[in-house]
Amino acid sequence: MLQLDHLSKTYPNGTLALDGVSLTLREGEILAVVGGSGCGKSTLLRLASGLDTPSRGRVLLDGQVVAEPVARIGMVFQEPRLLPWLSVAENVAFGIRELPEAQRRARVEALLGEVGLSDYAARWPKELSGGQAQRVAIARALAPEPDVLLLDEPFSALDAFTRIDLQDHLIRLWQHHKRTFLLVTHDIEEAVALADRVVVMKPDPGRLAAEIPLDLPRPRLRSSAPFQAAERAVRGALSDALRREPQRTILN
Amino acid sequence: MSAASQSFEAPAEARTSAAPAGRRSGRAVSARLLLGVVLPLGLGLVWEAVVASGFASGRLMPPPSRVIAELVRLASTGALWEHSLITLSRVLGGFAGGAVAGIALGVLTGTSRLLRDLLDPSFQALRSIPSIAWVPLFILWLGIFEASKVTLIAVGVFFPVYLGVSSALMSVDRRTAEVGRIFRLSRLATVRRILLPSILPATVVALRTGLGLGWMFVVAAEFMGASSGLGYLLVDGQQLGKPTQILAAILTFAVLGKATDAILASLAAPFLRWQDSVGEAP
Ligand SMILES: Nc1ncnc2c1ncn2[C@@H]1O[C@H](COP(=O)(O)OP(=O)(O)O)[C@@H](O)[C@H]1O
Ligand SMILES: [Mg+2]
Repeated sequence: MLQLDHLSKTYPNGTLALDGVSLTLREGEILAVVGGSGCGKSTLLRLASGLDTPSRGRVLLDGQVVAEPVARIGMVFQEPRLLPWLSVAENVAFGIRELPEAQRRARVEALLGEVGLSDYAARWPKELSGGQAQRVAIARALAPEPDVLLLDEPFSALDAFTRIDLQDHLIRLWQHHKRTFLLVTHDIEEAVALADRVVVMKPDPGRLAAEIPLDLPRPRLRSSAPFQAAERAVRGALSDALRREPQRTILN
Repeated sequence: MSAASQSFEAPAEARTSAAPAGRRSGRAVSARLLLGVVLPLGLGLVWEAVVASGFASGRLMPPPSRVIAELVRLASTGALWEHSLITLSRVLGGFAGGAVAGIALGVLTGTSRLLRDLLDPSFQALRSIPSIAWVPLFILWLGIFEASKVTLIAVGVFFPVYLGVSSALMSVDRRTAEVGRIFRLSRLATVRRILLPSILPATVVALRTGLGLGWMFVVAAEFMGASSGLGYLLVDGQQLGKPTQILAAILTFAVLGKATDAILASLAAPFLRWQDSVGEAP
């Protein structure tokens, strides 16, 4: 599957955003990367998607180096990034232009149904709410049937109710499509609700601090004791990661 | 919140079909149009009354009734249509040439770093020359007749269109362009499927600016040795001391300029319905 091998990224302005991050995705899992703002989560996904190239290290997909975006890796950005001049259906179809018309239409219809937006196919993006737009973006990313889907804080701009609704949608999509998801988030509850495994990052420069396996059964009840215990474990790991470097964190 | 979350159903979203939002009622529009004519109409009526009651002769600034009479006279002899048509054809010819060249070169320099470095400095240098300054040269090269006039208009149209298109291309949002990258579009497909649609609104604005300049330049062109056209009516009216004819020509310019701009805007409107902006289509 997808393997991040000692990834480091120094931006042209000298910022060391990521320092030697290694991660291996297992086939069919949801891996959540949790960390505060600015600890390099977006940088990590941009490297994994091939949008940016690492300063050191490499990204491997089944042993092949990923140096630029590939069809087998899909991406959902923090903002929906729908193309405003295309209808909802055309946006979903954006990445599958090479498919025959009938097949393309069937796939768009199926995906819009799965994200609950069948009635919105003909709408313009400007006529959608934030949550609806992000669902369209997820459908668009899934349309070419990538093996790995990267999600960069996809629900962080949404209100709590919409966020939970979209998390449920995402789990259903994952169960139906049986893909591998790499989800980046700053929301501990979101990570525990969705992931099979949580990786905690620490900042300055971005590194991995801890890994927490979650063997909570699905569907997960957010009010249950094991769920909340898992949340506490992740929260503990996060604050440990920050505490181990007192001078740095205080100075910043 | 966590207890509620499990039973939380997908919100029942309004099942309205795609109805265009924000359409103003017809009555409100006509009320606003009426408001716009209050000032010119009022001033015209006041001047009409001042001249009619003998406080002013209106010889140099004729009242609306005399200008209208002149328009009717010009229209009845057919001169108005003839001159308007000639001017209109010059503007449209120059606009077509300038717009096509402006869009083509704007797209080339806006999408290729190499072409930009190669061509843009020259265009920027040429742009700093007041376009009217070309007139003597165009007349030497192309003669006094149509070719030099249409070329001058085309030059006037070219620069705003070129600048608008090429700068819009360069300010396309990186985040939008990345959508193209993540779906692995070729360079050509990126231009066609991401960049060109992105700049459509800015291109329409540039074309409308260009058309406005076309109308400006046609006057300059017709001042110089024309024997026909609305600009000729202006010069002729000045030489014969006929302010009514000058004002009639000016009014015709205003109507034609506004009409062609409105036509251009309404031709573009169907392609811009997706836009999410404060002022809907103009
Ligand atoms: N294009 C860029 N140029 C320079 N520095 C950047 C750039 N993008 C991000 N950074 C820096 O890299 C660090 C990590 O950023 P990012 O990956 O966006 O973090 P996160 O997504 O976790 O909030 C931050 O310190 C940020 O300021
Ligand atoms: Mg980020």
